[in-house]
Amino acid sequence: MSSGAVAQPRRAPVTASGAAERRTAAHATNRLLKSRSALIGGGVLLAIVLLAIAAPVISPYDPIKTNQRLSLEQPSLDHLMGTDRFGRDIFSRVLFAGQTSLPIGIVSVAIGVLFGVSVGLLAGFYGGWVDAISMRIVDLLLAFPGILLALAIIAILGGNLTNLMIAVGIAAIPDYVRITRGTVLSVKEREFILAARVIGCRGPGIMLRHILPNVVAPLIVLATLGMAAAIITGSALSFLGLGIKPPTPEWGNMLADGREFLQHAPWVAFFPGAAIMLTVLSINLLGDGLRDALDPRMRV
Amino acid sequence: MITYILQRLVQAVPVLIGISVLSFLMLHLVPGDPVQIFAGDKPLTPERAAELRHQYGLDRPLVVQYADYASHAIRGDLGVGLRSQRPVLDSILQALPSTAQLTLAALAMAATIGVTLGVVAAVSHGSWLDTAVMATAMLGISTPVFYSSLLLILLFSFTLTWFPATGQGGLERLVMPATALGLASSAVLARLVRSSMLEVLRQEYVVTARAKGLAPPLVVLRHALKNALIPAVTMLGLQLGALLGGAVVTETIFSRPGIGRLAVEGILGRDFPLVQGTVLFAASAYVLINLVVDVSYAVIDPRIRYR
Repeated sequence: MSSGAVAQPRRAPVTASGAAERRTAAHATNRLLKSRSALIGGGVLLAIVLLAIAAPVISPYDPIKTNQRLSLEQPSLDHLMGTDRFGRDIFSRVLFAGQTSLPIGIVSVAIGVLFGVSVGLLAGFYGGWVDAISMRIVDLLLAFPGILLALAIIAILGGNLTNLMIAVGIAAIPDYVRITRGTVLSVKEREFILAARVIGCRGPGIMLRHILPNVVAPLIVLATLGMAAAIITGSALSFLGLGIKPPTPEWGNMLADGREFLQHAPWVAFFPGAAIMLTVLSINLLGDGLRDALDPRMRV
Repeated sequence: MITYILQRLVQAVPVLIGISVLSFLMLHLVPGDPVQIFAGDKPLTPERAAELRHQYGLDRPLVVQYADYASHAIRGDLGVGLRSQRPVLDSILQALPSTAQLTLAALAMAATIGVTLGVVAAVSHGSWLDTAVMATAMLGISTPVFYSSLLLILLFSFTLTWFPATGQGGLERLVMPATALGLASSAVLARLVRSSMLEVLRQEYVVTARAKGLAPPLVVLRHALKNALIPAVTMLGLQLGALLGGAVVTETIFSRPGIGRLAVEGILGRDFPLVQGTVLFAASAYVLINLVVDVSYAVIDPRIRYR
């Protein structure tokens, strides 16, 4: 590795594959920019994220302070989305809730990706008992339908922001393990891996430098769509009273709050729900666009 | 065929054991002394703690406790609910019909809407109808079940007063929860049926059917749809998990006394025997349902057996 003579033949395939990677990336970016739905989705998502970040600056009222005199006011110019039962401005609360609901999506996907990809890489690359044990654990996690696993974890840990992220993140791990392992298994037999071995690359190096880059494309797609699912699961748990507790604004618990007043003050539930839907929709549009751009084979 | 079924049954055993270990461990993974859970809100004196520990067998080694738990569970004894003081299995069996009814109705709803929309979109590929159906599907996938439920109640119960908002019993109380629950799955299905239909419509045997002068609707229904449905059946099986999970939320919103609501009540009331029981039951049921689904694929499509 230190001598130029050994390094020379090694650099050649890497440069070739580097150029190929750049070409693929350029193609993918082109395809992504041509997809109208991806652009709209990305734009709306960006706007939602910026609004959540800017909440302390742009929200017209305090999201927590109550004012009984203003209880359940209809949407008006003063209160764009009306007020809730405690007279709090729903627009301000929806903006601030983004600061809780969006990180749940991001952090839990990060947990899922971190553990899922590590386990998937090791299982796929080393095979044998590592693979057997990890896949049995994945089977076990998959045996829990829908949000039941997250529900069980919340039952153990108790409901708060951190535990909610952990619960939703753990529930997402199997998906990432499976997609990583699947890609590793198909890539591992290819000639460039054999070439890397021949020139003396070791296991960890091959895994990280030669196999991992191949997992990135499907992973970006899965993580994007997974973020939408995580936001839904997170707000579902809060909706059920098992996640973020009021008065901290969170889209799911605001929606639960509005349930009681659905008949006479539908705006209390309507706007937080619309915020979840719009966020999830924009992420899904972006994810679909990314899938078409990065991995046309996955197209549904 | 019998070998395949046996093979799948054997594969399910370790998963079922794993589920029982996890649901057993739930109690011990809770931070703090598990005895506190059984004491409820009452103050816990050292004597009372020792008494409870002995009563619930918590003073024995963990392995012995698990063996005891598992042997009881196999015989259908899931313990007694801390709040209701009723056997957990009784509560679950009482809630089961409601959840089964809801999930099956949602599945039927998803299949009907999903396949119809998927076929319509594929047949009118590239037209405004295709775009409209796909946009609706995207909206359906992005709407969480708790939001669609509330919107349905707002529209059909409060504004139009067609259906009662909550409760159990009769078809009129099943339509809305089943629709809300099945909506997202029907959207997933519509997208899948559309793409698999588009693929099938390009196949030579479909071209042949057209060439021999068969009416277009017959080509679609008799020749194309059958083959386009194979991936849809697979997806329907996968969606069952999402539906069972979604039932947790739907049952809470529509006040249906099902297993999902039982689990949520258990967690909120820190009634651990109830939570353990519902988790064990739901996960085992899900594994067995998947087993049945897998075996039925093997019956429908013999190629699967040889994979």
